[in-house]
Amino acid sequence: MSFISYLINGVSLGSVYAIIALGYTMVYGIAKMLNFAHGDVIMIGAYVVMAAISGAGLPPGVAVLLSIVCCLILGIVIESVAYRPLLNAASSLAVLITAIGVSYLLQNVALLIFGANTISFDSVVSVPAVTLMDGALTITGEAIVTIVSCIVIMIALTLFISRTKSGQAMRAVSEDKGAAQLMGIHVNGTIALTFAIGSALAAIAGVLLCSSYPSLNPYTGAMPGIKAFVAAVFGGIGSIPGAFIGGILLGVIEIFGKAYISSQMADAIVFGVLIVILLVKPAGILGKNVQEKV
Amino acid sequence: MKLKKVISAALVAAMAMTFMAGCGDSDNAGNGNASGSDTQAASGNENASGSGDTFRIGGIGPITGGAAVYGIAVKNGAELAVKEINEAGGINGAQIDFNFQDDEHDAEKAVNAYNTLKDWDVQAILGAVTSAPCVAVGEVSKDDNIFMLTPSGTAVECVKYENAFRVCFSDPMQGLESAKYIGEHNLATKVAAIYDSSDVYSSGIYEAFVKEAANQNFEVVAAEAFTAESKTDFSVQLQKAKDAGAELVFLPFYYSEASLVLKQAAGMNYSPIFFGCDGMDGILAVKGFDAALADNLIFLSPFTPTSDDEMIQKFVTDYEAAYGETPNQFAADAYDGIYAIKAAIEAGNVTPDLSASDVCDALKTAMTQITIDGVTAKGLTWEASGEPSKEPMVVKIANGNYAVVEDDAAAESVEDNAATENGEDAE
Repeated sequence: MSFISYLINGVSLGSVYAIIALGYTMVYGIAKMLNFAHGDVIMIGAYVVMAAISGAGLPPGVAVLLSIVCCLILGIVIESVAYRPLLNAASSLAVLITAIGVSYLLQNVALLIFGANTISFDSVVSVPAVTLMDGALTITGEAIVTIVSCIVIMIALTLFISRTKSGQAMRAVSEDKGAAQLMGIHVNGTIALTFAIGSALAAIAGVLLCSSYPSLNPYTGAMPGIKAFVAAVFGGIGSIPGAFIGGILLGVIEIFGKAYISSQMADAIVFGVLIVILLVKPAGILGKNVQEKV
Repeated sequence: MKLKKVISAALVAAMAMTFMAGCGDSDNAGNGNASGSDTQAASGNENASGSGDTFRIGGIGPITGGAAVYGIAVKNGAELAVKEINEAGGINGAQIDFNFQDDEHDAEKAVNAYNTLKDWDVQAILGAVTSAPCVAVGEVSKDDNIFMLTPSGTAVECVKYENAFRVCFSDPMQGLESAKYIGEHNLATKVAAIYDSSDVYSSGIYEAFVKEAANQNFEVVAAEAFTAESKTDFSVQLQKAKDAGAELVFLPFYYSEASLVLKQAAGMNYSPIFFGCDGMDGILAVKGFDAALADNLIFLSPFTPTSDDEMIQKFVTDYEAAYGETPNQFAADAYDGIYAIKAAIEAGNVTPDLSASDVCDALKTAMTQITIDGVTAKGLTWEASGEPSKEPMVVKIANGNYAVVEDDAAAESVEDNAATENGEDAE
């Protein structure tokens, strides 16, 4: 029985990683940059929900929408102020370092506004827990909502990329920025849109993360952000189904490692598996091996 | 283009400066050993020729960064005590000058803060607040022979040298006392422990707890760890404790993680007795935390703001009036720390014109002779090893309030005293 319970916990944790990883992988796939501030946008999103519910007294649904809008705007602002001027810089390291800078900036701004104290986040999920087999197995409402929203987001995103005009533009920019521009695609706009979607996903991830694990402080987003980045690399960075599979796998391995091997070694196991997979498939599980053109 | 060049030149210059500054700092720290005696002599002279009519007590702790909660509490508690002493005429007629330096909970910055205080001719130090910085400051202060009393550094190494003392219990002491309490009160026969293996505080308590558990009438059926990198999901650890049939879960870590553990345990319909240490203090003040989850949580704590004790009530009222919040144990430890320094200064006949090293020699002996009645304990005394000798207080949460469990009373009778009014609850 505990096996099933571990599995459900793993999938639920993995779903949160997957939603965050989707943001990483989209931005990387299209703008070819690692947005290390992504984890901190999650934290900002959670704070907005918290402030909207306990401060302004808004209903949870409205608060989540507000948080999505805030993060969306934040994502566009970060992209246009911090990243766009550097996208054509000689070294791609410049953007990477800026992203780390933005990450610290967001953490410290949150520290200034909300303080260092950990806040217990009120779950916005109103789905009741399901108890199966005479109480031996309990699935929390948060786990159900997290898993369902992860699947919905994954499908919606895949459809968006493959079926819409903007999605097509994204794929084109991802393939070849210069050629896309020659074909009349607004490259900067497309990249901004990517950031907007990525950040909106971060807001949702923040809400789900803090609903399942209700503790919120300015550093809440940092560690899940890094784990999700690993999940994205795991699944093949740039690939949307890859991020999904990577996230779920990472969550399940983490929980199973804790449960059956050692609770101290959980992270060592996760990263050990990552190394093995990258040795066998350097581009990740679903990653494409792109030949470098000379 | 030209502008860019100017800016980059300026940046390079700034960077070069920082590097040099960095070197200078580490040089100081590194040579501390060799040049220690020189500096000492120099500052001694200065003191002798200086004004010498006030006692200069320094404080070190994090007042910014992640551990700021603790440092700010210590600073406030200490300043309150200093203010009271000064208004009452000072120590033997001499006023106290109190200077608190920020260490951001960082060992290196703590040594810098210590150097700043040394330049200020500090005579005794209250600090550092957190364990790692405290150990680092201990290493340099023993060379300079400057007296230090940490209000809250719980790691064993904090009082390794004979110039260092502490107000709080050490980590092993807490583990030992917890195991004893659980055993002597027959709280459970099967006990699970969850601890943070990446944290000295948590693993220190855990190790002592398991060691003592062997002598007690209960069995540790599950021992699960977590690390700082994965401290949000406790479902596995709780599931294992549940499967092992643990009736009590020992949680030797801080309240922010504990609030998550309690929430997740409730989510899986697991309700053993939860037992924590002093890090649990403050759990009811976590914003948005459902206090009902913490009902029946028991923990060892040196200080409870709701106690009926007259001295504690006065301290709590004054503290609330000055800083607008209920004091936690860190503030209480600091408050007692300042009074302990005062008592030791009086007992050792220390005068403000002595050098820091002479003050330290006098205080080292005086500390073992004094007995103070403070807000964290009555009849508090110290051993030459630096450890305090006091009885731990056991606190149980009932109906959203902290309540002290009288040692002879059964745990059940607590509910009666629980109706006391609680400042933190009003938020």
